[in-house]
Amino acid sequence: MAYRSRSEHRPWGEQLFGGLTLAAALAILVLAVLLGYILADAAQPAMHKFGWRFLVTSRWDPVHEVFGALPVIYGTIVSSFLALLLALPLSLGIAIYLAELAPLWLRVPLSFLVELLAAIPSVVYGLWGLFVLVPWVRDSVEPFLARYLGFLPFFRGPFYGVGMLAAGFILAIMILPTISSISREVLLAVPNSQREALLALGATRWETIRLAVLPYGRQGILGAVILGLGRALGETMAVTMVIGNRAEISVSLFAFGQTMASLIVNEFSEAFSAIHTAVLLEVGLILFLITLTLNILARLLVWRVAKGMEGASGQ
Amino acid sequence: MKNIFDRWTRRRLKNFVMLGLTVVATAIALVPLFSILIYVAVRGLQALNWDFFTQLPKPVGEPGGGMANAIVGTLTLVVLGSLVSLPVGMLTGIYLAEFGRGKLAWLVRFICDVLTGIPSIIIGIFVYTLVVVPMHRFSALAGGLALGILMVPVIARVTEDMLRMVPKSLREASLSLGATQARTTVSIVLRSASGGIITGIMLTLSRAAGETAPLLFTALNNRYWHSGLDQPIASLPVYIYTYAISPYPDWQGQAWGAALVLVIIILVTSIIARLASRKKYFGWN
Repeated sequence: MAYRSRSEHRPWGEQLFGGLTLAAALAILVLAVLLGYILADAAQPAMHKFGWRFLVTSRWDPVHEVFGALPVIYGTIVSSFLALLLALPLSLGIAIYLAELAPLWLRVPLSFLVELLAAIPSVVYGLWGLFVLVPWVRDSVEPFLARYLGFLPFFRGPFYGVGMLAAGFILAIMILPTISSISREVLLAVPNSQREALLALGATRWETIRLAVLPYGRQGILGAVILGLGRALGETMAVTMVIGNRAEISVSLFAFGQTMASLIVNEFSEAFSAIHTAVLLEVGLILFLITLTLNILARLLVWRVAKGMEGASGQ
Repeated sequence: MKNIFDRWTRRRLKNFVMLGLTVVATAIALVPLFSILIYVAVRGLQALNWDFFTQLPKPVGEPGGGMANAIVGTLTLVVLGSLVSLPVGMLTGIYLAEFGRGKLAWLVRFICDVLTGIPSIIIGIFVYTLVVVPMHRFSALAGGLALGILMVPVIARVTEDMLRMVPKSLREASLSLGATQARTTVSIVLRSASGGIITGIMLTLSRAAGETAPLLFTALNNRYWHSGLDQPIASLPVYIYTYAISPYPDWQGQAWGAALVLVIIILVTSIIARLASRKKYFGWN
C-alpha cells in the first residue's frame, strides 16, 4: 500500500523513514542467514572429524571423544511421534467441536482456555510434569499398560515414571493448542456451500464434517500437524525434566531417553573439550535444519489455505 | 423398508458417537490445563511470602530466602530484549504493512513466520557462539539479546496484522490532506492501531519472560544481585529449572513459588489482552 507521488521530489524525512523500515526488514533476513552460518561454522570441526558416521553410530563418550548421535535422533523422533499420535485425534476433535458444533457463547471462552495451554512456559510444564505427571505415569499408567498390553515390546520394563512415555505425554499436551487452533482456523475457512451441499443431500452432521469439511481443509490441517511436529522436535525444558536423560536406544517406552534439545541442555555448559562443544553445536545445527524444513513446509501449506480464505471468508 | 430404517438408525448413532467424541476431546484437553493451574496455585501459595519478593536465595539447608534477584533479573532481561526487538520488530511490521511489496516483502514475512518456529534453545546456542564466546563470559546483555531475537519476528507480524486492520479510508483521508506517507503512517495509522499493537507486544513480552532454554547458555544464573549488565544474571525460569531438579524439598517448594509468579504475570497479561482486544480492535472484523 504505497502512495507515492512520483512527480514531486520526496522530502528527506520521508525517505529516511521508508529506508529505516526497509533496513529493519533486511536485518531480519540477515539474522536468519547469520543463524544458519554461525551454527554451521561453529560445528565445522565436529563435522570434519566425524563426518556422516556421526549420524548412524550410537556410542556417546565425551571423555574419550567418541560421539554418535543416533540415540538422541531416535529419542527425538520417537518422543515427537508419540506426542503426535496422542495429540492429533484430540486436536482434531477440539477443532471440530470449536469450529462446527459448540454453541456460539461457548466458543470464545473455550478457544481462549485451549490457547492458554500454549501460554504456559515450558519450564512450568516441566515442573508439573516432574511432580504430578511422572508419579501418575509411574503408579497408574505404566502398571496398567504393562498388565493389559505387556505382550507388546513397547510396554515392558521397570516403572520409573520418568522416561519416553512421560516425554510423549507432556509433548502431546504442549502441541495440542498449536494443532487445534490452526486446524480450527482452517475449518472456519471452509466455505458454507460445502456443508450446505451435503446437508441438502440428507447427510448427518458427522457425515458432512467427514465428507465435505475435513477433506476441504486437508492441506491446512496437514500444515498444522507439521507445525506441531516441529514444536515437539525442538521442545526443550519440559522434555529434559521428564525424559530421564540417558542416551540409549530402547524399544520400551518405559525406558529413559534423550532428545537432541535435552542433550544440549544437559551437556553444553559442562562440555569437556572444544570438540565436545562443536559436536553439541552440530546437534543444534541438525535440529535447526530439521525444524527449518518442517516450518517452511508447514507455512507454505497453511498459507495456501489462508489465501483461498480471503475470497470465501464468511466468518 | 425396515432395512432403510436400520441404516438410518446406524448413521444417526454414528453421528451421535462421533460428535460426542469431539466434546470428550475438548474436555480431556482442559484436564491438564486445570491441573497445572491448580497445582501451581496451591503449591505456589505455600512458598510465597514477603521474603520471597525481598530476599536473596539462601544456600542449601538454610530455610527461607527468596528470589528478589531473579524477579529483578527477569524484568531486566525482558527490558533488554525489548530494546532490541521493539524497534526492529515494529519497523519491520510497518515495512510489511505500509511499504513492502513484491518478492522481498513476501520473503521477509515468510522468514518471520519460519523463525517463530525455530526452537528457542537454538537461539540460545547461537547467541552463545556469537556473544558469550568472544566476551569470555555469560552476561545479562547476551541473555537480553537472545530474548530479543526470539521476540523480533513475533512483534513484526503482530504490528503488521494490527496495521492491516486500520481501514484504508483513514490513510486516504490523511494523504488527501497533504500529509506525507511517513506522517500518515506515524500519526494516523500507527496511532489508530496503537491499542492492538501494545496488546500484542505485552503478550509477546510475557511469553519471553517465561523462556528458559535461551537463557541457560547466555545469562546463566546468579545467586546474588548482578553487578553489571556484562555479568551473569538470575531469572525466574532458570531458577525454576535448577530448583525443580534439585533434591531439596525447600528448593522444590520455591520452584513452585516462582512458577506461580511467572504464571500470574502471563495469565494477567493474556486476560487483559483478550478483554481489550475483544472490546475494540477485533470488533471491526
